[in-house]
Amino acid sequence: MEFYDKRIAMAHGAGGEATRRLVEGLFQPAFSNPQLDSLSDAAIIEPPAGRLAMTSDSFVVQPIRFPGGSIGELAVNGTVNDLAVSGARPLAMTATFVLEAGLSAEALRWEVEAMAKAARQAGVPIVGGDTKVVEHGKADGMYICTTGLGLVHRNADLGPKRVEPGDRVLLSGPIGNHGMAIMLARAELDIEADIQSDTRPLLELAGRLFDALGPSVHWMRDATRGGVATVLNELARDTELRITIAEEAVPIDDCVRGACELLGLDPLHVANEGQFIAIVAAEQAEAALDVLRRTAGGERACLLGEIDRATISRVIARSSFGGTRVVDMLIGDPLPRIC
Amino acid sequence: MLFVDEFRNPELIQRAVDEIHALADPKREYRVMEVCGGHTHAIFRFGLKGLLPPNVELIHGPGCPVCVLPMGRIDDGLELAGDPNVIFTAFGDMMRVPGSKGSPLESKARGADVRIVYSPLDALKIAQQNPDRQVVFFAIGFETTAPSTALTLLRARGLSVKNFAVFSNHVTIIPAIRAILESPDMRLDAFIGPGHVSTVIGCRPYEFIVRNYRCPIAVSGFEPLDILQSLVMVLRQLRDGVAKVENQYNRVVPWEGNLAALRAMAEVFEVRPYFEWRGLGFITQSALRIREAFAPWDAEQTMSVPGICVTDPKAAQCGEVLKGVLKPHECKLFGKECTPEHPIGALMVSSEGACAAHFKYAVT
Ligand code: SF4
Repeated sequence: MEFYDKRIAMAHGAGGEATRRLVEGLFQPAFSNPQLDSLSDAAIIEPPAGRLAMTSDSFVVQPIRFPGGSIGELAVNGTVNDLAVSGARPLAMTATFVLEAGLSAEALRWEVEAMAKAARQAGVPIVGGDTKVVEHGKADGMYICTTGLGLVHRNADLGPKRVEPGDRVLLSGPIGNHGMAIMLARAELDIEADIQSDTRPLLELAGRLFDALGPSVHWMRDATRGGVATVLNELARDTELRITIAEEAVPIDDCVRGACELLGLDPLHVANEGQFIAIVAAEQAEAALDVLRRTAGGERACLLGEIDRATISRVIARSSFGGTRVVDMLIGDPLPRIC
Repeated sequence: MLFVDEFRNPELIQRAVDEIHALADPKREYRVMEVCGGHTHAIFRFGLKGLLPPNVELIHGPGCPVCVLPMGRIDDGLELAGDPNVIFTAFGDMMRVPGSKGSPLESKARGADVRIVYSPLDALKIAQQNPDRQVVFFAIGFETTAPSTALTLLRARGLSVKNFAVFSNHVTIIPAIRAILESPDMRLDAFIGPGHVSTVIGCRPYEFIVRNYRCPIAVSGFEPLDILQSLVMVLRQLRDGVAKVENQYNRVVPWEGNLAALRAMAEVFEVRPYFEWRGLGFITQSALRIREAFAPWDAEQTMSVPGICVTDPKAAQCGEVLKGVLKPHECKLFGKECTPEHPIGALMVSSEGACAAHFKYAVT
């Protein structure tokens, strides 16, 4: 069957011939795998021995295509990464599309292909999903909702309870690229800078860490919305410990740093799509850093700081000249500052 | 990064800190006001307070334009935004500032067409792209941002853009400093002068501070080293018993200011007889309104601005904090009813605001 329509119409969500054309002409060939191809009501998965991890997420990014990535790629990588930082390898995922009537089929095809590619790269079959169409003006082009199922690494045992004073904080690479790329791509700010989103799968980086040092990795989270600052604040709150980071250790690309300065944003608050924070036992921190740096994409991983006990649990940044400040959670969205 | 990294150099910073410790006489207290919100922000962001001797106290002044804007002006702006034909534009700083019925962001969530712009020229561009809508630019700021509003109005007139209007809330820094100096509870030893404002007005307008009040002032940049150097400058003056205007930020601030910017401002704006400042009350000749010649682009002259007056909640002590009489955490609402997530006063909203800065950055 061929999907020849030029635009998405209400009919594509109505369950009839147009829906069939969309599913069998576009989704199925792109994502093709045995479970999906049977087009049954549910995908049947043989549970492997071990613990399962399950996660779901919704993607509503604007614009849907931005420097360095797009919503489709984000939808797969985001879900894969949520599993990865939970210590799991993805077994399967589903994807639900909410499409706005009037969306060009071309734009949809682009995203479907980006998803298929990202899914192949992460080795995860997209085994099911759903399509809904809403009236024109009721959605921003398209939204994608995903669910991912994964098998937890036998070495992985993560949680705030495992974090202890003395543990070290590792960061997988430079921060702020995704958030700034999106902000600049919205074209409201008229700032030209070559900033690419860092959307990428973290499976390999996280996986190697668990393979080599699993039990020493105590906690892990990807630093998406709210950035590194928010992730660390959540950790401080959940563990009731203090986290101190060295401001000059934070890797930030020059153009991201420049754009943040210009807009008055703290890069620690800016979203990432391809970086995680890992809390590792002190005596294995160097080894863990070594593993990350020797894995493709982990070259700029760094030791960010450490954890200790204090009367008030919070996140502190220490500058190279000894000044200290509290790093707070992000409140609302990051807004550019002017005066 | 040029002009950033060298002003964050640990060695130079240590040298300045040492000098401040050497200059500060342990037998006395030093109360230095940084007028500008940008300085307040930098002081907290870089943890400078912790580097200073305990008897050198930094007081956060009224230099955040968002913080000194009375709630009624925000309500006025949002009334305009409520018209479905209006596209309401403002800087990001404004978006979370509460009016009595919510912030611009909340108005946007309720369906008003509220957009963040980075410059008033962007607002003008939106007007050109939407000829059948009325675009309002909510202008705030000291002399830092007023010239760009002026240039935008000159351009709007030059291009005969008919659907663009500015709601001017521009204020001027000198009357605010004067009001603080004349306030009966005032007790300041020196000022750190606002760098960005000074690039426009130069250093001369501060001379009355040293002449009439014998108060030292150093116009300062925004990097950690800038601020520390400025402190060294005023502490030296205090040690020597002199009072003069010094220009620490002379890599950017010309003594005479920016004449082209001043000319554009003079062409477009005139001084209002009086204007209400949040916390400071009415100050004469302290704000800018749009001249008659630009009436077609003045929201206050062409649209119906209700002129709402809202008194601040009684327990809020924003005024005392703005004048440096109270420290933010001494306000009864600080951290309880008033937090960055649920701000009562604007000082808790803007990242330049003393209360927000205290709440976010202070290591207690
Ligand atoms: S804590 Fe809130 S109410 Fe009190 S002075 Fe600060 S902003 Fe105003």
